[in-house]
Amino acid sequence: MGLPLVESALQWNSGILNANRDPKNDDVEFQITRLYSRFHSLDKGENGALSREDFQRIPELAINPLGDRIINAFFPEGEDQVNFRGFMRTLAHFRPVEDNEKSKGHDASEPLNSRNNKLLFAFRLYDLDRDDKISRDELLQVLRMMVGVNISDEQLGSIADRTIQEADTNGDMSISFSEFIKVLEKVDVEQKMSIRFLH
Amino acid sequence: MLFNANCLALLVFIIVPAILGVSFGIRRIYMKTLLKIFEWATLRMERGAKERNQQLYKPCSNGIIAKEPVSLEQEIQEPRGGGGEFDMSDILYFCRRGVESIVDDEVTKRFTAEELESWNLLTRSNYNLHHISARLTVLWGLGVLIRYGFLLPLRYKNKLYPHPTSKVNLMCYRICVRALTAIITYHDSDNKPKNGGICVANHTSPIDVLILASDGCYSMVGQAHGGLMGFIQKTLVKACPHIWFERSEVKDRHLVAKRLSDHVADKTKLPILIFPEGTCINNTSVMMFKKGSFEIDCTIYPVAIKYDPRFGNAFWNSSKFRMVTYLLHMMSSWAVVCSVWYLPPMKREEGEDAVQFANRVKSAIARKGGLVDLLWDGGLKRSKVKEVFKEEQQKLYSKVLVSRQEDPEHS
Repeated sequence: MGLPLVESALQWNSGILNANRDPKNDDVEFQITRLYSRFHSLDKGENGALSREDFQRIPELAINPLGDRIINAFFPEGEDQVNFRGFMRTLAHFRPVEDNEKSKGHDASEPLNSRNNKLLFAFRLYDLDRDDKISRDELLQVLRMMVGVNISDEQLGSIADRTIQEADTNGDMSISFSEFIKVLEKVDVEQKMSIRFLH
Repeated sequence: MLFNANCLALLVFIIVPAILGVSFGIRRIYMKTLLKIFEWATLRMERGAKERNQQLYKPCSNGIIAKEPVSLEQEIQEPRGGGGEFDMSDILYFCRRGVESIVDDEVTKRFTAEELESWNLLTRSNYNLHHISARLTVLWGLGVLIRYGFLLPLRYKNKLYPHPTSKVNLMCYRICVRALTAIITYHDSDNKPKNGGICVANHTSPIDVLILASDGCYSMVGQAHGGLMGFIQKTLVKACPHIWFERSEVKDRHLVAKRLSDHVADKTKLPILIFPEGTCINNTSVMMFKKGSFEIDCTIYPVAIKYDPRFGNAFWNSSKFRMVTYLLHMMSSWAVVCSVWYLPPMKREEGEDAVQFANRVKSAIARKGGLVDLLWDGGLKRSKVKEVFKEEQQKLYSKVLVSRQEDPEHS
């Protein structure tokens, strides 16, 4: 398969590289190989990158009300293709948090799958124009995606208003990332935003 | 002289037993030997990998990630602090499910060949090519020689002698079956389809027809073709009455239903063989059955066909391989080993509509064959999923929101 194993391991471990052969590295190699195989099977054009259509071909994703927002999270601003490194980088947000305990960080930066970064991923699903604020309009649009035609405009509007009212602490009628973190402080984000591999 | 010896071997070992319906048991010994060799090959690869401090790529048939079977309502209906219907954390459920499906989904993997746990000496099913030692390479080379130098020509010769007359129809299929070195085990033959019924089976490859038709007589349903295929169809019709449709007629569901009904009403006519999935699936699951055959008022005889993937991959991936390439693969694989189960006949019950009946039959077939029972449409191989399924998800979520509003204490 010829995959750039070391580079991928770097992305996956957010900068932690362990040269010795230890069980954790076996897991990493296993996961990366599986993900590469998956990437390859999704890449119908066989050009080493995925387009939005490649994702939409997955039926379970196509019927997910937030499918398009999730697909968008893989593509950097203004780009139409995502390569394997980008694919892995986005998926790395969903690694379980306990995987980090075994690796004592030499790195200064936070790992991609920290609670904060998981929350940031979710925040960006709401933040349609990427201006680091969730406006009333953006909240309405995402709500509309989730409920379809089943709830009236007025009702949806009042839901949005109430949500912003409860979350907004600095009175700018929109939700910033720190306000978002506060709203979700009691939620078990680590468990809800983690994907475990089977062995 | 060599030609004569080959002909004699052909006659003695293949044609005569086929006519008499008798087996020599040689094929079972062949099968057992092959399995032992495959196990040895895999062990060697594992050993080689360990020596080099690397890992072998091990395919997983049960999915690669842990997916909790939690529904939307269960996960989102957890007790929360504040009141109100909507919670910003609701998005996390959809988010995780979406990403789970990106890593591993139930549908797209059904349209490619199943991955094997041990290597069967066919390059086409090996993902660990860099772990093969010299000894294994020799064995593989030997395998290639045997398969392409001996098995393939032998099977090809057999294909050149077709006998399309009515009495020898069964024999003809049996010869083809032996030509492929097909080792088929038929279970519960007392449930074999009878006249005036419809036989339904899961579909993996065109060889399914060969396998079923060599153990019973059926009327086929299909689209009329021109050219070589059309000539074969016309010849077959002279032997047994089959039902061929013009392309334009296929679109008219009432016409199709009428012709099928007329056929089953006539008790002298053979049972119709139909594959309700409508397309080839890779034999790890059974996908949605099209309700057309289940609307007709008659007895359904379900049949489950399960191929043993260790001897060769029977699945025809029509988007990847043409028919000719597929046949070449089949004729150069080790053998076609499969089990056929004849399930007890089923009829539509009171108050059951065609779709429910189709699902009931599908579940029975999946259970018997050890296949995963899926509700997804096999047509997703080529077409997009319908919007209506997304709308169902949206409706479900809306219900949750509304129920929270009505009962804020409970949520």
